[in-house]
Amino acid sequence: MSNFSLSNLMTRQDVLGFVVLALILLVVLPLSLDVMRLNQVGKYLSFAFVTVGLVLCWGYGGILSLGQGVFYGLGGYALAMFLKLEASSPENTSIQSTPGIPDFMDWNQITELPWLWEPFHSFGFSLLAILLVPTVLAYLIGFAMFKRRVSGVYFAIITQAISSILTILIIGQQGYTGGVNGITDLQTLMGWSIRTDYASYVFYFVGVALLFVCLFIAQFITKSKLGRILVAMRGQEDRVRFSGYDVANFKIFVFCVGAAFAAVGGAMFTLQEKFMSPSFVGIVPSIEMVIFCAVGGRLSILGAVYGALLVNVFRTVLGESFPELWLFAMGLLFVGVVLAFPDGLAGVYQKYAAPTVDRFLDKAPLFRRWPSSTSHSEPIKAS
Amino acid sequence: MTMHKQLTTGGATERWGLGKLKLLAASMVLAASANAATPPTSEVNTTGLAVTDDTVNVGILHSVTGTMALSEEGSVQAEILAIEQINEMGGVLGRQIEYIQEDGASDWPTFADRSSKLLRRDNVAAVFGCWTSASRKAVLPIFEQYNGMLYYPTFYEGLEESPNVIYTGQEATQQILAGLNWIAEEKDAETFYLLGSDYIWPRTSNKIARKHIEDVLGLEVVGEDYFPLGHTQFNSSINRIRLKKPDVVFASVVGGSNVAFYKQLESAGIDLVDGDMSLLTISVTEDEILGIGGRNIEGAYAAMKYFQSLDNPNNESFVKAFKERWGEDSVIGDVTQAAYLGPWLWKAAVEKAGSFDVDKVREASPGIELETAPEGYVRIHENHHLWSKTRVGEAQRDGQYKVVFETQELMEPDPFPEGYQ
Repeated sequence: MSNFSLSNLMTRQDVLGFVVLALILLVVLPLSLDVMRLNQVGKYLSFAFVTVGLVLCWGYGGILSLGQGVFYGLGGYALAMFLKLEASSPENTSIQSTPGIPDFMDWNQITELPWLWEPFHSFGFSLLAILLVPTVLAYLIGFAMFKRRVSGVYFAIITQAISSILTILIIGQQGYTGGVNGITDLQTLMGWSIRTDYASYVFYFVGVALLFVCLFIAQFITKSKLGRILVAMRGQEDRVRFSGYDVANFKIFVFCVGAAFAAVGGAMFTLQEKFMSPSFVGIVPSIEMVIFCAVGGRLSILGAVYGALLVNVFRTVLGESFPELWLFAMGLLFVGVVLAFPDGLAGVYQKYAAPTVDRFLDKAPLFRRWPSSTSHSEPIKAS
Repeated sequence: MTMHKQLTTGGATERWGLGKLKLLAASMVLAASANAATPPTSEVNTTGLAVTDDTVNVGILHSVTGTMALSEEGSVQAEILAIEQINEMGGVLGRQIEYIQEDGASDWPTFADRSSKLLRRDNVAAVFGCWTSASRKAVLPIFEQYNGMLYYPTFYEGLEESPNVIYTGQEATQQILAGLNWIAEEKDAETFYLLGSDYIWPRTSNKIARKHIEDVLGLEVVGEDYFPLGHTQFNSSINRIRLKKPDVVFASVVGGSNVAFYKQLESAGIDLVDGDMSLLTISVTEDEILGIGGRNIEGAYAAMKYFQSLDNPNNESFVKAFKERWGEDSVIGDVTQAAYLGPWLWKAAVEKAGSFDVDKVREASPGIELETAPEGYVRIHENHHLWSKTRVGEAQRDGQYKVVFETQELMEPDPFPEGYQ
């Protein structure tokens, strides 16, 4: 385990997968789509951060969270608060009763900036908050649940409850949060307009870069001993416990990683939509994120990216052509995928395309000597 | 016309036959007159909108799926009806209107996403859409950035005046003040109880109502309650109402909550028809009564600018056309009528401007009048809202409102009301 060379970390199929994904996201899409469509793809990719985290938590760790929207939302709100404060300079808000505070506070008769908002004047603090607030919350939830050995369905229900609570809190405290309207009308980032086409390109590529950082972290986790322990826990939690591992700590860790990924995704969404809304925090969007993950394949971190991307593209295309039909189509798609391909798109690839690709790679000079499996990983089957 | 002369002077008369020639001449005169009404595209569209020699594209952006679909359906129908009627009359500047419909899916970020598609990809000349304040707030920065024109139909809280929006519904003071004056006098009311769903519109409306009741009318507010959207347990609040015995309950509960609220009010024995207590709502149109049931809300008053039962020739033909197009059973609420005004106001502004360019349409908009509006007569104010009358209707068992009061004058829209903030 001590020497973690690239060939230990990735099979040649993994390398091929990463390269193909990078080509699609960095070359094919930017060259073939106009800036508005690319911006849409960027927003869909923000959900990929969540689904990659779900692969770790759910696919590997067996922890089904139906509340990832909480972390996505917190990340998005943390950045939106910073951007909103910047957009609410006294000059921009001179028509308000109290200039210098966000417009929705003024509508709600709040006359000074709440203490909770004060630190979000600082960009550094906001960046930290994007990562830390959701991660600390995930830690607290994980600590409270996993140390008490709450798992499975009960854990899923509790995460749902938490996402419901947070939605009610955000909508109810509209003077402090923007309520059901969300935080709208974000304009600049450190004085730089985020509404230009140029900014859309920049955010797209920053988003893709961050997504690859998350993908590499996820790849590292799945191929490390930690990943093996997660899989073992998913199968036989008690045996792992009896072998002397503190099961709860591993679960807490992977749940926190999933939360941090989701938060980065939420922040990238805020940047690209210039808007954050409680409609991402609730139960329905959280479950939708699980659907993206299931469609992509809950055991494949790359599959999760395609899942988030394709379901959303599908939704947009169908929504634009047949507004009344897309909900039904989406439901059918999910039922179909789960019944016919329980391992999602990645499962379909493994079954039908992978052997052919493998034979092809045997002949490719670059990959011939790259191991087709890493030192200790046979394909992991769902239990 | 020169061609016409050449043909008659040449030997064409014999070869073509007189009848054919007359037809040709007639058709050329027709073409010439049509040309006069159809200015060249390069003139009426200098900013790259989706305008061709015979068509112009507009967008319709409402929720047709999700929780808001029920409310927004009427607006979609009204907008389509108006567009079809305008096309039948020859379109706008000689061009037929083609609409591109997008689904906001009751989800505010989706509204933002679709509006940027309509403005940037489809280059529509105008968008008729949005219903909730949240969806309008979500699309507003996009309309301002890409200079689109939104016709927004819902009565709303005010506090907004965007150069890129024409507000065809009433803002809060227009809807509320006259209604409160009327009920205070008519019912000799002294005490009021304010109720609403918990978001910006009811909160702002109640703030304005409270200021008006306390500062202007010199009466008393004895309670104020808010409920989360979708709330269905109103018993504790109804108990408080029974204890405080207000003369008037002023309600701005929205959506599905209404059904539970009025049924529980009814079963708690609060009689709106013969009892001592009156109820004035600003959120229940004929559309909502479909869900509530006329029996449960009979006797309640609503303050709005339009009721389906309005008795005037414009409304008669509008209701008839609407039912012919969308079925005998359809009902028409306040917002549906306001949505119907959108395409007509846009048409009038485009024709006054002689151009589809958004800047010119905006410039031409203030002062635009509509004599044919189902609600009577409306005019666009400098602040992009409509001058309109306020009316009070009394809910009937059959789900319709009987108009019991209307203001003499048009109410001036005042989105930033002094003294009410």
